[in-house]
Amino acid sequence: MQAHHGYEDGSGRFYITIDSQRCNGCEACVAVCPAQVLVMIEEDPMEQVLVAAVSDEHRRKIKESCAPCKPTGHDSPTLPCVAACESVAIQHSW
Amino acid sequence: MPTDTHTTEQHKEYWRWQENHWHDESIDWREGAILSAGVDVGSVSSQAVVMVDGRLYAWSSRRTGSNSPNSARDAMTWAQEHTGMQVQDIHFIVGTGYGRVNVPFAHKAITEIHCHARGANFMYGNQVRTILDMGGQDCKAIRCDDKGKVVAFQMNDKCAAGTGRGMEVFADLLQVPIDQVGPMSLDVEQEPPPVSTTCVVFAKSEASGLLRQGWAKEKVLAAYCSAMAHRVFALLDRVGVEREFAITGGIAKNTGVVKRIERELGFESIKSGIDSQLAGALGAALFGHALEQRQRAKR
Amino acid sequence: MIAAGIDMGAKNVKLVLLRDGQVVGRALSLAGFDAEQTARSVMAVALKEAGLHRAEVTRVIATGAGREDAPDKDGIMSEVGCAARGAFHLVPDVRTVIDIGAEEGRAIRCDEQGKVVDFAINEKCAAGVGAFTEAMARALEVKVEQLGPLSLRSTQAIPMNAQCVVFAESEVVSMIHNNVPRPDMARAVHDAVASRVIAMVRRVGCNPPVVLLGGVANNTGFVDSLRRGLETERLHVPENPEFVVALGAALAAASQA
Repeated sequence: MQAHHGYEDGSGRFYITIDSQRCNGCEACVAVCPAQVLVMIEEDPMEQVLVAAVSDEHRRKIKESCAPCKPTGHDSPTLPCVAACESVAIQHSW
Repeated sequence: MPTDTHTTEQHKEYWRWQENHWHDESIDWREGAILSAGVDVGSVSSQAVVMVDGRLYAWSSRRTGSNSPNSARDAMTWAQEHTGMQVQDIHFIVGTGYGRVNVPFAHKAITEIHCHARGANFMYGNQVRTILDMGGQDCKAIRCDDKGKVVAFQMNDKCAAGTGRGMEVFADLLQVPIDQVGPMSLDVEQEPPPVSTTCVVFAKSEASGLLRQGWAKEKVLAAYCSAMAHRVFALLDRVGVEREFAITGGIAKNTGVVKRIERELGFESIKSGIDSQLAGALGAALFGHALEQRQRAKR
Repeated sequence: MIAAGIDMGAKNVKLVLLRDGQVVGRALSLAGFDAEQTARSVMAVALKEAGLHRAEVTRVIATGAGREDAPDKDGIMSEVGCAARGAFHLVPDVRTVIDIGAEEGRAIRCDEQGKVVDFAINEKCAAGVGAFTEAMARALEVKVEQLGPLSLRSTQAIPMNAQCVVFAESEVVSMIHNNVPRPDMARAVHDAVASRVIAMVRRVGCNPPVVLLGGVANNTGFVDSLRRGLETERLHVPENPEFVVALGAALAAASQA
């Protein structure tokens, strides 16, 4: 499942997409995020499988939370969460 | 919030009209093997659905009060009214929605995304593949398979654009009852350009300017509904739209937004005989049924 | 030599008159429905204050969201450039400029010559700008000018869940119903805007000294929240912070004349 966590408002679209079929539950992204944006959740109600997701606390201010990792003047910064994911399950829309 | 009493009372009347409950007198719940229920506590309205062996038995829909646990309890009590059923009789209760952690009598909490997909599959049939839910304070786009299992989703609950509250702000500005917004917005000879901004606050200033320029209310509403439809369409863009396509939630009743979305898509949304606001609670009740079934199978 | 800078903001039009590098006139008015007319009238007010005639003004530079609508201008400039220029003039060792307007916010990084090195903008969303505090003042039923002093009486920090002006209004209404003390709510409002502003600043990096501009800088509560969040004591709020962008435009006009 493709889960797009985040929001859009007048200033743009800010989503972190996690592909739960690729996510292997290793929790590397959770550990490496400097702002504790990511958490592990039981996404599928019928399975007891943990996958990565954006926490409720950060979802609505993801642009703010991720700002330290996305300084201006850097077109494609290497994001720690993306780099840590060996399954290539995480993508940022901005 | 604007303090115009006239509008506030109209709002109250609108929500009063919305409060409904129903149960199927032809079903005797005491003969059911599995009783399940779903309670969907939203920021604006709450619903409860009771199922007997996976068949729709009873439901209720009302305003969410300021206290979530009470809202959940009230929704449940109201659905069960005149049935003789008590909360304790139900084998598996699932809470969902914004206030799902505040359903004290629920056995499990499941996110609204999953409940909506499951509920839509029940309401619209197994051909539904894309669901757009526009609630009081959020907006979601969901792709599902023929079993109602989520394949992709995107939710926005940060920004008022595309939500019920965003629409209410406009209804207040123009002093139009919310259920008239749709029809009035369609009462234009030519579709005006949409308001240039997505942000409800800035759109409101823009609309005030348009009114001063002599635009009729209908034209301003058309411009706003057009911008909202476009904005919501962009939300769908990321998950992609596959038919059949269903719209649920309060704004599903706003013909002005619905028709414009259908126009942009080039096809109509699928309709259901069941109230569009029940999708979440329905799905929750279905999950309750499935989880109870599985629990019993393990024993 | 008389130069003028006019900042056609989304909400207010500001004008600064410079004579030989000194401010001799200053005027502000609500942009309203006819920004061009407002521009003419603020010019008239500032000229009167300075005891000058329009013909004596050598050069006019316009900036701000509505700069194209400014009448009788000799040139236009971006708000970013004007903000940096104005801030540098007042605080020569400035390294970070934060300009929060009614509808847009900017964070600017400058070098030791006041040149813009990098900038970030918060736009098209009412949540991180002046429109937020204005709406919250209305919801709290206080004047915007009272928000600051009210929030400084707060005894506890309460986070706001809402990230949107419209949802925040509902949240304030429900907090009022739950008898949350008004000072605490006012503080929550300032903490909320400050947090969004700080996120914007972090994108360019926060290097002190920091200069804060824009009408919201007059709000002592917001400044307090910002200072706490940026964790720096070297946050300067110049006098008449809402005029500094217009000052920058006037300085640019003077240097070009």
